[in-house]
Amino acid sequence: MISKFISLEWKQFFRSASFGKSLALKILMGFFALYFIVTFLALGVGLYPGLKKAFPDQDPFIIVNQVIFYWVLMELLIRFFFQKLPVMSVKPLLTLPVKRNTVVNYVLGKSTLAFINFLPLFATIPFSIVLMSKGYSKSMVLTWLVAMVLISLISNFLNFIIESISSETELSYLPIIVVAGGLFALNYFEILDISGLLSASILAIANNPIYLLILVAILGVCYWFNFKILRQKLYLDHSLKTKIKEVNASNLGWTKNFGDIAPFMQLDLRLIWRNKRPKSSVFILVIGLLYGLFFYPNPQFQDSPMIFGFVGIFVTGIFLINFGQFIPAWDSGYYKMLMSQNIKYEQYLKSKYTLMILSVIIMFVLSIPYVYFGWKILAAHFAAAIYNIGVNSYVIMLGGSFNRKKIDLNQRAAFNYQGTGAVQWIIGIPLMILPAAIFGLTSFFISFQVGLFALAFLGLLGIVFHQKLMKLITQKYLDSKYKMIDAFSQDS
Amino acid sequence: MIKTTNLSKKYNSKEVLNISTLEIPKGQSFGLVGNNGAGKTTYFSLLLDLIKPTTGQIENNGVIVSESEDWKPFTSAFIDESFLIGYLTPEEYFYFIGDLRGQNKQDVDNLLAQFEDFFHGEILNQKKYLRDLSKGNQKKAGIVAALIGNPEVIILDEPFANLDPTTQIRLKQIIKDLAEKQGVTVLVSSHDLLHVTDVCERIVVLDKGQAVKDIKTSEATLKELEAHFSGISEV
Repeated sequence: MISKFISLEWKQFFRSASFGKSLALKILMGFFALYFIVTFLALGVGLYPGLKKAFPDQDPFIIVNQVIFYWVLMELLIRFFFQKLPVMSVKPLLTLPVKRNTVVNYVLGKSTLAFINFLPLFATIPFSIVLMSKGYSKSMVLTWLVAMVLISLISNFLNFIIESISSETELSYLPIIVVAGGLFALNYFEILDISGLLSASILAIANNPIYLLILVAILGVCYWFNFKILRQKLYLDHSLKTKIKEVNASNLGWTKNFGDIAPFMQLDLRLIWRNKRPKSSVFILVIGLLYGLFFYPNPQFQDSPMIFGFVGIFVTGIFLINFGQFIPAWDSGYYKMLMSQNIKYEQYLKSKYTLMILSVIIMFVLSIPYVYFGWKILAAHFAAAIYNIGVNSYVIMLGGSFNRKKIDLNQRAAFNYQGTGAVQWIIGIPLMILPAAIFGLTSFFISFQVGLFALAFLGLLGIVFHQKLMKLITQKYLDSKYKMIDAFSQDS
Repeated sequence: MIKTTNLSKKYNSKEVLNISTLEIPKGQSFGLVGNNGAGKTTYFSLLLDLIKPTTGQIENNGVIVSESEDWKPFTSAFIDESFLIGYLTPEEYFYFIGDLRGQNKQDVDNLLAQFEDFFHGEILNQKKYLRDLSKGNQKKAGIVAALIGNPEVIILDEPFANLDPTTQIRLKQIIKDLAEKQGVTVLVSSHDLLHVTDVCERIVVLDKGQAVKDIKTSEATLKELEAHFSGISEV
């Protein structure tokens, strides 16, 4: 039976309509994977000597065990955003003579083959070999290695439990943030010394392999819990009677202030608020806003204002880039209808434009507190905001006219690459790198003020020629109408 | 009202539609029947300028659809569920379409009031998104949305499929009224010969992209169609 499942998935992959494209994506992902493997290998080999050098009077093995808690937390977070339970279309199987348990076991078993489960091994195995060569007891190191694998698997299954809980609640990110944040806070404020406990118990396990059974038991419980959840979902009425939430409709009357684009504004706002994928692009706003904190508190960057331009573009433009790059794919599900309606394309685009501009202004206002780190930052953000309004907004809409990938609105985002084509990668270059380069070069070679002026001037230029640019973009969309309709009506 | 000349559509040299001439006068209820792949949806898509014709053209009230967009204000359609916006409630969807067609909320409400029977209490005030409605109810919402804004041409692809018998009967009455009393040109396609003969004054049979029959509906039409289609299956 398992071999049949595998052959089904094989066909699904190779016969998918967007096979060529997804292959390119797979190759790209392959490079990422390779990069991580090399990094982890280097970490595994260099960890022992590095720690020995940094803390000569401590045992590197103990230090590593002390930070395992943070690694586990990070692993959970990474898994939550990047790892999904392997998907299998079970509907056709339900009426066939296949045992439900087989299907569930297969899906769960397959999840253990995920790349992220193997990644830590590239660090832990070399580290173990180094440990053994340094005279640590072989049996102890091996037990430790097995314990690490078990912990990885536990977090694998724990993640699916968290994911299934979070998928049932409205606040999609909340459970993981509560779990990870809560554990971290307990530890950080020394209410409960989890990292100490964990390191003590891992040491205890390493010294006495019998305790491995405890980890096995935890793993078993997690697996069993997953099994229960999944089996329940394997009934058709679960997918038929998908939870139907009561709709809380607001009539968004204030959009009437925007005149003839009001209907589209309402549509866009509902699109963002009622669908998982675009909704998460709103949550990304928070990340974008905090992005500056990576740079500004660091005195090293305080003296190099060139970086301000890049951060400013990112902070004020994060929604613009995230939302804008999928225009018009957001509407791909009903694009045919829009095209047969009596609409002015320009209004449709103008609504998106207005939304993006508003987001830039709001993000700029919210980023004003960064002035704490110096007025130059505020000035740079202001110039970047103007550039985003006057240049990037048009560039991204123009890029959209080359968009040929459909988006299924109900999928969750964060590394959901559906709807991403080569164009989206290429468009990132002029959006972020170009202004950063303009600002960086002018402020480095001439002066900070000239850099500000250059960005703002380009932005103002775009604002002045708004009508002309919109006409040009509208024409571009009209020209590729048939191609878009055709592409959007294909299932990927 | 609708004039088709030398229309053809090819995909990679395979011809899926070829209609040399077809004229549909104003106020006619027009039926298109044919087996799968006969070209019904292709014809409707061409009529709505969703795909580009390989040769020829369609004129809708004197407007060549692939060259000007002036046909849009008086033409409306429901082809499939992709015409619905899943994350809106039916009411929001109707108002949105109303906005696009220059109707205010009151106009839309007045129109919807006429279809209370047709909705059978399953569409309005349900506090559900369109994506959560059943296929049949989605279809009802889509069909009624196509009637918003007093269109002069209405195109419905397979309107009877997925509907329950009561709704089918009501829909037939609605289509007849539109054509007879309001002078609306209604284009309907269907696999169901009985429904089409009930509703349409004129029926054109498509086969492999060609219009092989053009019948003015009478008592004998259903028999004639049945004979035609069972003949095809023998060859």
